[in-house]
Amino acid sequence: MGENMANVSFTFNGGSVGAEVPDNTLLVEFIRETLGKTGTHIGCDTSQCGACVIHINGESVKSCTMLAVMANGQDVTTIEGIADGDKMHPMQAAFHENHGLQCGFCTPGMVMSAIELVTRNPAASEQEIREGLEGNICRCTGYHNIVKSVQAAAQVMAEK
Amino acid sequence: MYQTNYVRASSIDGAVAKLDDEAKLLAGGMTLLPTMKQRLASPETLIDLADCGLAGIEDLGDALKIGAMTRHVDVETSEIVAKSIPALAVLAAKIGDRQVRNRGTIGGSIANNDPSACYPSAALALDATIHTNSRDIAADDFFVGMFETALEENEIIIAISFSKPTAAAYAKFPNPASRYAMVGVFVAKGDSVSVAVTGAGEDGVFRHAGLEAALTSSFSPESVEPVTVSGDEMISDMHAASDYRAHLVKEMTRRAVAACG
Ligand SMILES: Cc1cc2nc3c(=O)[nH]c(=O)nc-3n(C[C@H](O)[C@H](O)[C@H](O)COP(=O)(O)OP(=O)(O)OC[C@H]3O[C@@H](n4cnc5c(N)ncnc54)[C@H](O)[C@@H]3O)c2cc1C
Ligand code: FES
Ligand code: FES
Repeated sequence: MGENMANVSFTFNGGSVGAEVPDNTLLVEFIRETLGKTGTHIGCDTSQCGACVIHINGESVKSCTMLAVMANGQDVTTIEGIADGDKMHPMQAAFHENHGLQCGFCTPGMVMSAIELVTRNPAASEQEIREGLEGNICRCTGYHNIVKSVQAAAQVMAEK
Repeated sequence: MYQTNYVRASSIDGAVAKLDDEAKLLAGGMTLLPTMKQRLASPETLIDLADCGLAGIEDLGDALKIGAMTRHVDVETSEIVAKSIPALAVLAAKIGDRQVRNRGTIGGSIANNDPSACYPSAALALDATIHTNSRDIAADDFFVGMFETALEENEIIIAISFSKPTAAAYAKFPNPASRYAMVGVFVAKGDSVSVAVTGAGEDGVFRHAGLEAALTSSFSPESVEPVTVSGDEMISDMHAASDYRAHLVKEMTRRAVAACG
């Protein structure tokens, strides 16, 4: 049996992309290998770590748990697509300023989850931030500075 | 992941026509895709239900009807659910994490009947009806055993209707790693009291007659204490021994009753 191929095309970080890939290509594989954007990470096999989180139509999802073809026609944003030219997104800047990362492996997913969280709930409490990031695992920071970063970014984002 | 053939159905009839024993329906993919990645499932064809118009929440007066493709996040944040059966919104909000809730659906959860899933307990306690493309199935007849349901091979869940209780609550003790229910208890009060337990039973979700009788005669957290809950037919694994699960069943019931106010 030959491979079943799918035409994948969607909006990606503001531009449009398209390619023919096997049906069983995961969205994260498509982003990393076909599009060559490696900011989105793969940290597990069980859909639990959140290193692969991206946005689809502004909502955070695990790109390791979707087929690329399921994103057809959608608006896909990855960590590479959130800065404004050379100017970091307020969430990126806050992680930078508050020591919200150590090795950085979890950071792209953390930032993408945190942006949706703050957009949805600009006045999120510390508890709500901790619960809102349940799907993102960090083995370095102990989460404390991540929460601080998200709180700082929430303030900056609210002022805009 | 093994090779597969992805198709997006544009109607329920179209999806049914493509269903055979080598095909599987794809909803949110939050259970099916991890299973395929681990090569525990290898369907030849995946039939995506995304374009079949199965999402939506409707107040029917004495019942609440939720379309199969309605995502957990939509139940969590729905004003209709908050007004009619707020306990369902609480349950949805406790499923996994935000990213799981942004994709996972109620139909997928009910169809999968994972022994640790949350929704089956609500369906059982709220006397739900599972509407499929060919018939209506009472929740009591639907959940047959661990990962087993009354669904036929070519049957698709269209929607689930929950009867409105006078009070209801869900209390969950999450597994700290997976966030599924180690034990979850859904208590619903109407003319009588229903107590449905997930996470604990060797045959999946079940109702507890002893707790229901005690709470029907007196609906208070204190009524839970004298009831005997045996761990005999409960799951024992590396996360919790059966007698600990039995203990959690009582504790979650007590908390759910207290939350009913
Ligand atoms: C990290 C993680 C944590 C989780 N935590 C929890 C939790 O705490 N509580 C909980 O309850 N669940 C939890 N889940 C499971 C989650 O709720 C899933 O979304 C749900 O169980 C399956 O729904 P789905 O839409 O993703 O279905 P899919 O994965 O797409 O499908 C699941 C199964 O149902 C079948 N199916 C889907 N839709 C239909 C339909 N309409 N008719 C007939 N059959 C259908 C499919 O063929 C498949 O066999 C978790 C999952 C993950 C990855
Ligand atoms: S890679 Fe771990 S959740 Fe996606
Ligand atoms: S900074 Fe290393 S995993 Fe989070």
